[in-house]
Amino acid sequence: MTTTADRPTRTGPSRTSKARASRLRRRNTLVGWSFILPNFIGFALFTLVPVIAALLLSFMRWDAYNPPTWAGLKNFQRLLGDDSFWTALRNTALFAVGHVPLTLAISLGLALLLNQKLRGIAFFRVAVFFPYITTLVAVAIVWNMMFDPSSGPVNQFLGMLGVAHPPGWTSSTAWALPAVIITSVWKDMGYYMVIFLAGLQAIPEEYYEAASMDGAGWWNKFWNVTLPSLRPTTFLVLVLLSVQSFKIFDLIIVMTEGGPGQATTVLSQLIYQQGILQGNFGYSSAIAMVLFLIILLVTVFQFKIQQRRER
Amino acid sequence: MSSLTSDLAGRLAASEGEPDARLTAMRHGPRRGSANYVRALSARIVMYVVLAIMLIIVFIPFIWMLSSSLKLNNQVLTVPVEWWPRKFVWSNYADIWTKIPLLTYLRNSGFLAIVITFLQVLTGSFAAYGFSKIRFPGRDVLFFSYIATIAIPWQAYMIPQYIMMQHAHLTNTFWSLILLQAFGAFGVFLMRQFYMTIPDDLSEAARIDGLSDYGIWARIILPLSKPALASLALLTFVTTWNDYMGPFIYLSSNNLWTVQIGLRAFIGLYSADYALIMAGSVISILPILVIFLFGQKYFIKGIATSGMKG
Repeated sequence: MTTTADRPTRTGPSRTSKARASRLRRRNTLVGWSFILPNFIGFALFTLVPVIAALLLSFMRWDAYNPPTWAGLKNFQRLLGDDSFWTALRNTALFAVGHVPLTLAISLGLALLLNQKLRGIAFFRVAVFFPYITTLVAVAIVWNMMFDPSSGPVNQFLGMLGVAHPPGWTSSTAWALPAVIITSVWKDMGYYMVIFLAGLQAIPEEYYEAASMDGAGWWNKFWNVTLPSLRPTTFLVLVLLSVQSFKIFDLIIVMTEGGPGQATTVLSQLIYQQGILQGNFGYSSAIAMVLFLIILLVTVFQFKIQQRRER
Repeated sequence: MSSLTSDLAGRLAASEGEPDARLTAMRHGPRRGSANYVRALSARIVMYVVLAIMLIIVFIPFIWMLSSSLKLNNQVLTVPVEWWPRKFVWSNYADIWTKIPLLTYLRNSGFLAIVITFLQVLTGSFAAYGFSKIRFPGRDVLFFSYIATIAIPWQAYMIPQYIMMQHAHLTNTFWSLILLQAFGAFGVFLMRQFYMTIPDDLSEAARIDGLSDYGIWARIILPLSKPALASLALLTFVTTWNDYMGPFIYLSSNNLWTVQIGLRAFIGLYSADYALIMAGSVISILPILVIFLFGQKYFIKGIATSGMKG
């Protein structure tokens, strides 16, 4: 269907047309590669090769003092006995546990609120979306200040509500992670709001009309029409959010640097510390593989659940 | 990270237009002056109030940032909170330029964002043509390798990337970031998805007229894909401008730092200069805000034109 510039010859015997076809194929291959190559060279060298290397490295012993040697599963064994690994794993999981449901609920709420035909509604949608593309460092800085334990607006607001001993947020080991979670929910909710909005607008009007005729109220419609129709969207958001949560990295680095102590150290940060700061290339790649496997497992698990539900 | 933003703008734009049943009924149903009309009107006013309150809550960090950037340092963290500066200290916005080499940082960020965006859009759209308009053996396997890496978290292969850059002596140069970010799979994927929607009859006709594939790409496909090119360019620019981890890992010399790294370092040095820090933050957001506001229009237009083809 692509290159049919040569007209089929009426008289040509099948041999020459075959030769022509193979010449065409060769030409197509050549032209095709010439289009792909400028990008592919860069892609292969700086993404594909590192991906394969990462897998191999996780089975090698290679650090600042030793040349690379095959180590089998030693790196993974070492992981099991590494306290900072377990701490980072727990913090990453806790972050996901807080970040996923909160972002899901809030972005759905925003989408419901913004799914209306009102003059100027687009302005509100765009505005709610804006935090998502706002510079991370600025976000981290301003939230860090707002979380100031003694005179930040957050704790003053809590004081107004009658909270006698508001948390120390980023200066306390117990509350640093919740502070990061709140910040990331605020930053990400606009993105998922947009996805939910698209899902909401795909729900046929008739469903609501039918529900109205049956005398369904707002809550009834939400529970029996909106939520079931929205299930594919909710699933998509759930998967995207989970993957994103387990990858949490830059916000932690900028906001808390993993502290206080190791209270907010996450897996990505551990990879960075071990691999780039300390030069333990093999060991850090093993951590990276574990992170990748976790993300893969969570995604596969969610797909399985979704499949079973649909049956 | 960038892949997350994929067709978002499209969704933002497309989500306009389809009406919500109840409110359409409100608008078209009841007559002016009737009791129903009054009820509908008041419902709409209530809705605007609710939306405005929501917007203010969402924007509190921005409001606080802007107001703090115009205060004196000792008036930023006050009890009770002062949302309006007692006295506007405009000089913060002048001082920040001399306190840190902000201009250099902005120039570095801008340089990286422009070069990476340019290369990504150029090579991405070029490769996407190969992947969508030319048929040859091995093409689909090749494309699958692009898709597969989009699913792998970047953190999983940042170590080998770093080792490579170190061996090539490219750490602490812009080269490392340009090489690592300019050939992303995401751009190829996005452009290919768009090219698939362009009917092949078009390129067929051009071929019969004697145009080569390169000519078709340059004269027919590129002009048709302006909206997709714009969204890819915009997303890449914003992602690169906002990128923290890349420059954080690779750039150690102060004169190479981007705005993000420079700002973060500034806090480390002058943690009590609240007002200046906030002024710097506002300045770092401004380019994104401007691009976002302009891009919004472009997106909606792009979606409208590409939506007409069906």
